[in-house]
Amino acid sequence: MEAATATGGGRGVLSRPPLARLPDGALRWGLTILAALILALIVYFFVQLFGEAKPAFEKQGVFGFIFDNNWNPSAGHYGALPLVVGTLITSGLALLIGVPVAVAAALYASELSPRRLRGPLTILVELLAAVPSVVYGLWGIFYLAPNLKPAEEWVSETFSFIPFIGGGTVTIPNCFIAGLVLAIMILPIVSAISREVMSTVPPDHKEAALALGATRWEMIRIAVLPYCRPGIVGGAMLGLGRAIGETIAVTILIGGSTKMVEHLFGQSNSLAAVIANEFGEAQGVHRSALFACGLVLFVLTLIVNGFARGFVVRAGRRSAGPPRAEQQISTAATTALEADTAAGA
Amino acid sequence: MSAPAAAEGTLERLAVSPGRRRRDRFARGSIMAATALALVPLALIIYYLLKKGLSAWSGDFFTTDPTGNTFFKNASIGGVKSAILGTIEMVALASAISIPIGVGVAVWLVEYGRQSAFANTVRFFIDVLTGVPSIVFGLFVYITLIVGTGTSYAGWKGSIALALLMLPVVTRSAEVILNLVPNELRESALALGAPRWRVVGRIVLPTALPGMVTGILLAVARAAGETAPLLFTAAYTHETTTNLGSFMNSLPVQIYTDVTSPTPRVVERAWGAALALVTLILLLNLVARLVSRRSRLA
Repeated sequence: MEAATATGGGRGVLSRPPLARLPDGALRWGLTILAALILALIVYFFVQLFGEAKPAFEKQGVFGFIFDNNWNPSAGHYGALPLVVGTLITSGLALLIGVPVAVAAALYASELSPRRLRGPLTILVELLAAVPSVVYGLWGIFYLAPNLKPAEEWVSETFSFIPFIGGGTVTIPNCFIAGLVLAIMILPIVSAISREVMSTVPPDHKEAALALGATRWEMIRIAVLPYCRPGIVGGAMLGLGRAIGETIAVTILIGGSTKMVEHLFGQSNSLAAVIANEFGEAQGVHRSALFACGLVLFVLTLIVNGFARGFVVRAGRRSAGPPRAEQQISTAATTALEADTAAGA
Repeated sequence: MSAPAAAEGTLERLAVSPGRRRRDRFARGSIMAATALALVPLALIIYYLLKKGLSAWSGDFFTTDPTGNTFFKNASIGGVKSAILGTIEMVALASAISIPIGVGVAVWLVEYGRQSAFANTVRFFIDVLTGVPSIVFGLFVYITLIVGTGTSYAGWKGSIALALLMLPVVTRSAEVILNLVPNELRESALALGAPRWRVVGRIVLPTALPGMVTGILLAVARAAGETAPLLFTAAYTHETTTNLGSFMNSLPVQIYTDVTSPTPRVVERAWGAALALVTLILLLNLVARLVSRRSRLA
């Protein structure tokens, strides 16, 4: 480099006039400021939300707000426990139903299906993600809920000795339907992440299992599933994050009762649904309590997603060891080159 | 790959025992059954959308505004014109805001920030944004743009909420694609003496463009189907308007208000609107897939 610059006389051959170097700095700093603005935006977001939620927290206390079982806006009482429980039950149900099906679909697509079926199968499962939330709600309430009612009544009567499941009257929008629709809604993301992780299982492991005489299922059990566990857990938690924050479908399907959920086939409410339901008419502390619900929801999804990222990143790091190192070397080369051109100027 | 079959007969000892074979068959059967089960809801949703939605599509379904006139049997309840136009206008504005910012941040992350602590912080916060429930974006815009400015609901405020929702999706997908641009291309350009901004503008972005379009279209499709962030930002109205400063109707919000109606005819309108919305979103998805097929990266 030095030799080349030396031949140019006054200014190096490789150097650029100062004016030509301007756009470079402008682009660099412009984009940096843009990135910094996003950070500022999120912090501002959080501060604003907290500021609006403060009156409710002052009235109830943070723990009183979350753990008090009495949501009664007309009496000025805001204990969000019924909503928190409703959120957790519906999203828990979604995981319970959705994850096994999603993992099975991913296993079938990546290990068992004929090669030709793989692509179409993947696309079909991912199409579920394209259906908007409100359409799930519409379909759930006018098709799924009425058609499943006899089955729910049967379960409720037959298992009436089990506390939470049996014994109550089955209402048309209910907790179970909301959980079931949530399960359908999280299916594509859990399935996509599982499939992605399954594609990283080293073929050696699978072939070794088969060579030892394992059947297909034994191969899946001893080679594929243990390797994929962190990724699948991460995918399931991302699904949980979606289920917790899902608003419109749940609002339509959960019924909107603000009492503590009594049984699986009864009405309930969730943090997100109560905002959608009551925000329009809310004033003063009530409105602030709804902002507080939003804040709790925000923090809840933050925690769940944080754990999920941890798992997914860990799964990804293990599988993508060498290529990443290569990429780093390459990036280092680019950095060096760039530094050189800058030095030449 | 059915290796066990070879062991039959002569090597009795090595054969898979009936118990294991049964277990294998059972497990494979269950996996297949669960996969079939996963496809059932899609089939049912599409079937019902077509069945109920097509019967709601009449001659003037797309050319009239909803009227809210549900009391008299003979009065027309109208169609979805204002909803479709509102969705298109708001999503277009949201895209115009979020795409340049999202792609810009992605370029910064890949070309400048790389693995620095600051860049990783930005990545983390963008991941945080991805997980924020859509209704919380609605609340945020409500606080800052409606309470904060003391004005009422407006279409452009809905667009801002949608843009916030799209931003992390656009950024993350664009970052993935930009990372796939071979470093050799950047290195060759730099070695020829091109300044960095030219490398970004003439080499990196054009190479990544088809792949980025896919991610962007998927983000647009997601925004088009969102109800929750629009409820308290753009609200609901009957009239068609091109003024982004006034209340604005949108397909998801109209479906949501129609679902809760006790009048069967209005519910039918919801099915029609739902079919229109799903068709719109599936078209966007289809285009995204076709474009991604043309991309040379990935």
